[in-house]
Amino acid sequence: MGLKACGVVSVNKIPLSYRLRQHLRLVLAIAVTLVFLFPVYWLAMNSFKTADEIYSSPPVWWPASLQLNNYLVLFKDGDAVSVWNSLVVSTISTVLAMSLGTLCAYSLARFKTGGDHLSNWIISQRMVPPIAVVFPIFLLYVFLGWVDTYIGMILLYTAFNLPYVIWMMRGYIQDIPRSLEEAALVDGCTHWEVFWKVVIPMCKGGLFATAIFTFIFAWNEFLFALVLTRTEVVTYTVQVTHYLGGQSNFWTKIAAMSVLGTLPVFIAVMFMQRYLVRGISLGAVKG
Amino acid sequence: MLVLLLVAVFPLVYLILVSFQGITMMDNSSDFVGFVNYQAILEDTRLWQALWHTVVFLAIALPLELLLGLLMAQLFLEKLPGRQIMIGLLVLPVVISPIVAGTIWSLMFDNRYGPINQVLGWMVDHEMPLLWTIKPELVYPAILVAEVWQWTPFMFLLLLAALANVDKSQLEAASIDGAGYWRIFFRIVLPSIWPVMAIALLIRMLDLFRLFDVVWTLTQGGPGTMTETISIFTYSQGFKQFETSYTAAVALMIVVFLSAVLMWALKRVGLSR
Repeated sequence: MGLKACGVVSVNKIPLSYRLRQHLRLVLAIAVTLVFLFPVYWLAMNSFKTADEIYSSPPVWWPASLQLNNYLVLFKDGDAVSVWNSLVVSTISTVLAMSLGTLCAYSLARFKTGGDHLSNWIISQRMVPPIAVVFPIFLLYVFLGWVDTYIGMILLYTAFNLPYVIWMMRGYIQDIPRSLEEAALVDGCTHWEVFWKVVIPMCKGGLFATAIFTFIFAWNEFLFALVLTRTEVVTYTVQVTHYLGGQSNFWTKIAAMSVLGTLPVFIAVMFMQRYLVRGISLGAVKG
Repeated sequence: MLVLLLVAVFPLVYLILVSFQGITMMDNSSDFVGFVNYQAILEDTRLWQALWHTVVFLAIALPLELLLGLLMAQLFLEKLPGRQIMIGLLVLPVVISPIVAGTIWSLMFDNRYGPINQVLGWMVDHEMPLLWTIKPELVYPAILVAEVWQWTPFMFLLLLAALANVDKSQLEAASIDGAGYWRIFFRIVLPSIWPVMAIALLIRMLDLFRLFDVVWTLTQGGPGTMTETISIFTYSQGFKQFETSYTAAVALMIVVFLSAVLMWALKRVGLSR
């Protein structure tokens, strides 16, 4: 009798406990997601709040209206120029780094320029802390008169992102079956034509994803911008920190500027979910 | 190629040169002074403290991020309704600028207007005006929360991809043979995700070593020099106190140290597979 009861219970119990566990997992997963998203929500909400709503205790969890005054102030005061500066510097340096880097990557991947050692050295450049190189670069820029200029920032970010581009594009190019390029060569294409007509179309996705990451790295960069800009090419990250000042933080401006700086990144990331893991793991995980 | 070489090599050569000179804000002479700056490094307690702070951040944040990332990856490994959407949303902290992450958390931690003190107040049923970014015993937790919030999803994404690639038939075979959960985890799952885990740890370790932005927005290294990391220390030496040659020596030591770590790590981790 006892044995039989046990059997009945366990037959029923397995699907039930499994279902229960699935429900529990779902609840837990949603909770985790909400916890991680709440700070982002809080930032976005604060950018819509009026000053009274921000400086109120207890805090206002939901602003009375989604008013855009905080953003308008940024544009009226001209602070929004810093977002424009970020855009110019990041876009041009991305284009430069991508064109130079992809060519380098092709030569590394296909002609074995420098062998594995050179590739390893290139990626190790990426990992050197900016604080160690920013100092001599600052001295050089003072000498060249490049401090606080577009050209200085653009060239710096190009150089800074070049190792990443070379490294990532080398991986994507190595993924292309070699026989395709060889077939094109046999058909009478030059190496240059092979590069343009076979290699580039074959790694379009990777090219696009790498470009977005390069853009994001430049866009989010702070230390170089802090040291090398003054008034003319201040980027949005530096502008945000200008509002931070001891006890009297301009929260309305901080929140609105932060949202302006974060929105493009969020939109960009939505278009490349598929390449995301490979991009942030420096190509180690081929998702 | 040449540009890259120039950009990479010039700073190094120049650093070495300057680090042997005696340039400060007052004294612009470029006479060579030998190893004076290097000797000063050994005697500079503020520098060693900054290094210690960096190590503390590293030693707490890295295991936390790994553990939380792994737990989250387990949670999201199997099918769930809305799984893709939730993963997509969890990506967001990783791509936010660390500066913005810092401002987000200074909003969150604000002593009077921030939601964190409010929620804590509800829990203990009276007001909790904690000064998260000022009180010495609270600044480390505050910075660590911001850091862990931003980078746990990074670990999560990489480990999720790694876990999804674990050979399912091996797991089934092991569980039929009667192996328990932990045994399966340590004998099969862990070895097969280790290559990815090692790279994730390496990337995060190097990032944490140069920790700057989040600390800068939350505390600027304060109160006093309590949360000064090695990056913030170097910055203030070079750009606030203008100890040009000394900063060069410090920067050079960082490069040498990290290169050694990297060479050792890259050989073992095999990023170039």
